[in-house]
Amino acid sequence: MRKYVPKDNVQKKAYYTDRFHVVPRVPRVAVEDAHFLSVVNAVKADITDSYVEIGTLVLHIKPEDNFKVLQVLKEQCGYTQCSEQSAVDYLAKDNEFELFWQLLNVTEAKRVRVVCRLANGAAIESVESLFKSANFAEREMFDMFGIKVNNHPFLKRIIMPDDWEGHPLLKTYPLQGDEFASWYEVDKIFGKEYRDIIGPENRDPSKIEREDTKRFSRVGYEVPFGAPYSEEQTDIEYSETVLVDYNKKPSKTLDKRR
Amino acid sequence: MQVANKLSPFFENLNFERDDNTMVINFGPQHPSAHGQLRLVLELEGEQVVKAYPDIGYLHRGIEKMAENMTYNEFLPTTDRLDYIASTSNNYAYALAVEKLLGIEAPRRAQVIRTMLLELNRIISHLFFVATHALDVGAMSVFLYAFREREFAMDLMEDYCGARLTHSAVRIGGVPLDLPAGWLENLAAFCDKVDYELEHTYEALLTENRIWKMRLEDVGVISAEDALSWGCTGPMLRGSGVKYDIRKEEPYELYSELDFDIPVSDRCDSYGRYRLYMAEMKESTKILRQLIPMYSKTEPQLMAHAPQYISAPKEEIMTQNYALMQHFVLVTQGMRPPKGEVYVPTESPKGELGFYIKSEGEPYAYRLKCRAPSFFHTGLLQELLVGTYIADVVTIIGSTNIVFGEVDR
Repeated sequence: MRKYVPKDNVQKKAYYTDRFHVVPRVPRVAVEDAHFLSVVNAVKADITDSYVEIGTLVLHIKPEDNFKVLQVLKEQCGYTQCSEQSAVDYLAKDNEFELFWQLLNVTEAKRVRVVCRLANGAAIESVESLFKSANFAEREMFDMFGIKVNNHPFLKRIIMPDDWEGHPLLKTYPLQGDEFASWYEVDKIFGKEYRDIIGPENRDPSKIEREDTKRFSRVGYEVPFGAPYSEEQTDIEYSETVLVDYNKKPSKTLDKRR
Repeated sequence: MQVANKLSPFFENLNFERDDNTMVINFGPQHPSAHGQLRLVLELEGEQVVKAYPDIGYLHRGIEKMAENMTYNEFLPTTDRLDYIASTSNNYAYALAVEKLLGIEAPRRAQVIRTMLLELNRIISHLFFVATHALDVGAMSVFLYAFREREFAMDLMEDYCGARLTHSAVRIGGVPLDLPAGWLENLAAFCDKVDYELEHTYEALLTENRIWKMRLEDVGVISAEDALSWGCTGPMLRGSGVKYDIRKEEPYELYSELDFDIPVSDRCDSYGRYRLYMAEMKESTKILRQLIPMYSKTEPQLMAHAPQYISAPKEEIMTQNYALMQHFVLVTQGMRPPKGEVYVPTESPKGELGFYIKSEGEPYAYRLKCRAPSFFHTGLLQELLVGTYIADVVTIIGSTNIVFGEVDR
């Protein structure tokens, strides 16, 4: 029987997993730190879960509350910097994205991660008016996952070309490049009809084609440039030459006066 | 819009025919001052920039995607290609994030070596900044002097790990090698040299130089509030008067034991940031000098002992059956960290370099997000360049110290 390959997650998988392997979990501790407690209290109404994981306070919220929660965190709790914002693809498992905002409080030197689950196809509210760093971060998230962001001033692809198809960080995105990706440059610069003339891309710079007489010559079997490859031996003698003969006297001087 | 045909070619750098009397200039991606592959579309009114649009993605290699399809150890050399000016900072930031996820700590000697390498990389990166920034502004000789010293630092890196640019000098759980003989003496000599040259060459050439001051003072002014809002970190943030250095505030490695200052500038302009870079190099040599005597007081262990995740030392692998089995599994299948997510910030020479790793307990990271400082500094350009003159654009780009390996990833 042919091996089953899941279509919703084409990423590399572990080739072998021990049947008895139990995956432990990084401990999630209850919030005890005084500063973190005050943060949790400030946004208590909107959070669904809160814990500390490896020194970072994690707040789970509903996707529609993201602007409200981040505003409270910025204005009341002193989280004035949004270090990072992005998403994790859980489409295969839950048909959802997990979005996170990583915030920093510079006076307390504390970090909070706000996490929410966003259904596939839903849009999230932009936090660009709170944190300008979200301008680029949200564009990157849109580019890489296709998550739409409402009220973003300029939601456009940022890293991939504007006319690219597909969103590269989705788990369904092919690893070896699809048809569109492999012919992108040829189609764009020359047109689709040139695909046959140019041929598929070869990224191996050291590739040697024995029968290519335009770029390679076989010692003892030389043929004229571009002529068909032949197995007939030729009797060409090579003279012994030194590439640079340092002992040779200069034949001419550039300037007579020297 | 221009209508291009074979008889009237398309001027890709200029757009003349516009109704509003502004000129649109395309800057890069192949511009010597673009620091790699930055493309800027600038709208000019006279010589003043009224709109700037940074266009990135010309060096996109999908490093985050690659991380999802490589085991944790396989991915480490790929991080060299992020900020290729200071590769060890990336290796270290990644290794630290994975170590936090695993809950292991590197042995003391590895910590000393790592901190040394990090500070050496900071000097390499800052020298590169001074060199290219001065070259952009027009001071060619500084470029030559700074590259001379940078060469010595890269020789030190080469002596340690064999590579000059893509170091991969850090491993998850420690470092691969001990310091070679005589390395510490060379390092001490290098510190002296850098300190001497900083004072007698770079600062003498630049700090009070009239042209340098005229070109840098009050150029690229960022307020503290803007710097925070745009996600500026590192010298960009401290140059705006916010004293935040991750080495001090959220110490990792040996930084809590070391005595060093965090230079801050409240000038908020390019000149302040230039002074900051100079001061930071001096702090780095100060740290390196403190680390040299610490080295000899450590035990020779280089990699953490965590047989589930990290291969045993080579002697054990060669002599003990179980260590060999563990090693075989770790090489063929890769380590499987516990389920969980972690975000670990480190102070790279450019700013806050953080790795967010989401692990589902598999040998491949479920999601790895690299928080690169230059990415956000590039985003800032769209606001910072507006209102400045075209001659200052290059100064401002140089002052942000962006490296496109980590902007595009």
